[in-house]
Amino acid sequence: MADLRVVVVGAGPAGIRAAQTFVEAGLRPIVIDEGNASGGQIYRRQPAQFRRSYETLYGFEAKTAKAIHDTFDRLVGQVDYRPETLAWNIYDGAVHTMRDGVAHKIPFDALVLATGATDRLLPIKGWTLPGCYSMGAAQIALKAQACAIGRQVVFLGTGPLLYLVSYQYAKAGADVAAVLDTSALSGQIHALGLMTSRPGLLAKGLYYRAQLLARGVPVHNGVTPVEIEGTDQVEAVRFRTRSGAERRVACDAVGMGFHLRSETQLADLARCAFVFDEDLAQWRPETDSDGRASVKGIYLAGDGARVLGADAAEKSGRLAALAALQDLGLPVAVRRMDVLRREQQRMEQFRRGLARAFPWPAELARAVADDVLVCRCEAITAGELRSTATLKGAPELNRAKALSRVGMGRCQGRYCGSAAAEILADVRGERVEAVGRLRGQAPVKPLPLSAVRGAAS
Amino acid sequence: MENASADNAADVIIVGGGLMGASAAFFLRKRGRSVILLERGLIGQQASGTNFGNVRRQGRYLTQLPLAHRSREIWSRLPELIGEDCEFVPSGHLRVCFTQEQAGRLENYAHDAKAYGLELEILSANALRSRFPYVGHEAIAGSYAPLDGHANPRLTAPAFGRAARREGASVEENAEVLSIGKVGEDFHVETRDRGTFRAPTILVTSGAWAGAMSSRFGEPVPLVARGPQMGVTEPLPYRIAPVLGVSSPLDLETVYLRQVTRGNIVFGGGNRGPVDLEACRAYVDPENTLNQMPQLRRLLPGIAAVRIIRVWSGVESYLPDDLPIMGPSEKVSGLFYAFGFCGAGFQVGPAVGDVMAELIDTGRTSLPIDAYRIGRFAQQKAA
Ligand SMILES: Cc1cc2nc3c(=O)[nH]c(=O)nc-3n(C[C@H](O)[C@H](O)[C@H](O)COP(=O)(O)OP(=O)(O)OC[C@H]3O[C@@H](n4cnc5c(N)ncnc54)[C@H](O)[C@@H]3O)c2cc1C
Ligand SMILES: Cc1cc2nc3c(=O)[nH]c(=O)nc-3n(C[C@H](O)[C@H](O)[C@H](O)COP(=O)(O)OP(=O)(O)OC[C@H]3O[C@@H](n4cnc5c(N)ncnc54)[C@H](O)[C@@H]3O)c2cc1C
Repeated sequence: MADLRVVVVGAGPAGIRAAQTFVEAGLRPIVIDEGNASGGQIYRRQPAQFRRSYETLYGFEAKTAKAIHDTFDRLVGQVDYRPETLAWNIYDGAVHTMRDGVAHKIPFDALVLATGATDRLLPIKGWTLPGCYSMGAAQIALKAQACAIGRQVVFLGTGPLLYLVSYQYAKAGADVAAVLDTSALSGQIHALGLMTSRPGLLAKGLYYRAQLLARGVPVHNGVTPVEIEGTDQVEAVRFRTRSGAERRVACDAVGMGFHLRSETQLADLARCAFVFDEDLAQWRPETDSDGRASVKGIYLAGDGARVLGADAAEKSGRLAALAALQDLGLPVAVRRMDVLRREQQRMEQFRRGLARAFPWPAELARAVADDVLVCRCEAITAGELRSTATLKGAPELNRAKALSRVGMGRCQGRYCGSAAAEILADVRGERVEAVGRLRGQAPVKPLPLSAVRGAAS
Repeated sequence: MENASADNAADVIIVGGGLMGASAAFFLRKRGRSVILLERGLIGQQASGTNFGNVRRQGRYLTQLPLAHRSREIWSRLPELIGEDCEFVPSGHLRVCFTQEQAGRLENYAHDAKAYGLELEILSANALRSRFPYVGHEAIAGSYAPLDGHANPRLTAPAFGRAARREGASVEENAEVLSIGKVGEDFHVETRDRGTFRAPTILVTSGAWAGAMSSRFGEPVPLVARGPQMGVTEPLPYRIAPVLGVSSPLDLETVYLRQVTRGNIVFGGGNRGPVDLEACRAYVDPENTLNQMPQLRRLLPGIAAVRIIRVWSGVESYLPDDLPIMGPSEKVSGLFYAFGFCGAGFQVGPAVGDVMAELIDTGRTSLPIDAYRIGRFAQQKAA
């Protein structure tokens, strides 16, 4: 049994709980994370020489953050932890990693992918100006480096992070010039029913909003972004209010994001089957209730499987590891799995509530003006994508990529994929699922050509 | 069986819409033949759309040079013929080698190629350094083909497909051929969900999947499907005009690269990867990517500072003598084949369509294709 090879990619809450579960079963998992410290997104650690308290850094989540950090710290010696290591491919039952220009191949009997999520973005005129950041980047700057992305910041988009990050900025003393939410307040109120399954989270969301209002931060719901203005740098955001009036807010930075998208490249490279998620209008790897993917030996947990938030990530990490142990023929507490499964279902209902409260604004993506860049890596405008689709014919997204280069750059379509799919579907007069999804291609992130093979481990 | 209406009957049905099928459709229309092109997926989605993009004559078997010349001439005329250049740039092609023995081979090839109308410049180590200073110093000699170059494979076959359609061909995508049967003088071609098509002449250009079809006509061939391994770097300032390649008897050393004007360096070579004919996909073995890295650094040391952003492969088919199959069936009249291009069909693709159109239209070809007879393997077996 000691020579069973179990691997976890991602040392966020999901990956840490999965690793812990493997250790409890007497295994020594390999834990791979590209970050330099464990904790993942929400419980991202500050650099060693920084001395902010858990309360300052994580607010309501301080206790959980500490628990997660301590758990992983106690696992030292019992896990083979490989930080600053990119899992760049999965092939033939092995994970391929790159650390500091050294490549390793790690064969596995079971692999838990706990790769988290990234911001879901869509192009807005001016979004390529310096000073425009993703919501996540804005938060990372604050969390990891204790800096703000600007002096006067507009947060634009939708999703729970919109309010959380705005609040964190305001609390840290930044001037939050406005919070612009594309979702209508009425939708958020309607979705409340679904979200009561997790009253704690719901209360936090309301708290952030109330705090922003109390600090005099203008919060607008149901907005239509018009343009991020500026010549060499962000200077203002223009938008239309719900009633159609045009407004302009001066600022020197914008944090934008439209909820999250699961980081699914590795699952795709492992040839897992995907399903279209109607609620989120995006594709995700197919899993059973425990996190088993369609490919034997591969398990998905946390936001990388479906965006359910940090608490659910912990539970799904445990559940996925238990499922793996079960499939490996090791004894597991079936009751414990049942409990976790039930809790996941409760989370699932909350997730649907969130998706309804903060819907993906497909119509904004479909309406992007022709001169706006959609694909930043390859500098492809919405107009070029539309004319390719019309003149050359592209019934699905990979064809549009082949003919127009959209999604062909180093981000692998993470930034432009959602919007490109909407634009293509719009041109074709189809639903977005009809144009498919960009196929994942290795490497997950760029690989140095200076790389060498490491000694066998 | 349903009745074939005028819509699903034509002079020629082409099975498989890669570059071979698409260019044949175009040239058959130019000759006034009515054409139906049936493609399982989208035009140029397989080998023709995923290849490296080398428009290279040097290094081909000498006997293939007439076909390659004919194609090179078509490549220059693409804008007038099909309305776009497919990013073809005749920016030169440079092969380098690491051993004296191989340098001798390059020299011999250059000497022999001259008689076939291909002018190559043999470069000493010093000449390499001064003309192509970015090439690694392990290279001791080179052979330069000034008029070869590269093009964008993703654009080429679809462009031929659209041009064929404009010329009046009926180009059917998502039309997988399930069976081909001969009924009297006509072939009946059964498709998945798209009904039956009828023609007195069939051209099989279904690439790696053609072996299964020729077998059903009693002409099996030892076709092997493999996937050459490709990759591309992040974009850099445009500096490298020619396609660069290593000439070596070792597969592992045989890497090649080209910089596109947008700046990315596309590369490939080394060992090939596996193919799944059922799934219609070829895969990149990560070990191959890692093996390519030191070889690419030998060829172009500066590449060590760059990063790979994407790798891919494509389904290509090979025959034991490294030559394709082109010509009429030797068992069934009205049936023609053009497949198995052994990793080198992109450059010759436009001429393959032209020559097959000529063969089907006139019963003969103005350049020799006898070396590509399908019967050559049957003879071997018998011997
Ligand atoms: C930028 C950002 C900020 C967020 N902030 C909050 C917040 O403040 N509050 C909140 O409730 N939720 C937040 N979320 C949502 C949050 O992601 C989840 O609640 C929670 O972190 C999910 O945990 P996880 O373990 O699934 O993934 P994560 O915590 O995201 O952990 C995934 C880990 O996988 C690693 N990884 C991914 N791919 C690879 C690879 N190929 N190779 C190696 N390592 C890899 C990453 O480095 C990361 O450490 C945030 C999300 C994002 C994207
Ligand atoms: C990765 C790679 C790199 C290469 N690099 C180069 C290079 O640099 N230079 C060069 O000259 N050559 C190169 N080649 C070779 C070149 O790409 C091929 O020889 C050429 O494209 C073959 O064209 P084709 O039309 O015969 O095949 P394909 O392009 O494969 O077309 C065959 C078509 O038939 C269709 N088909 C199959 N079965 C059916 C059916 N039952 N019904 C309907 N349709 C069907 C397929 O869907 C496919 O579209 C490379 C090949 C690959 C894969």
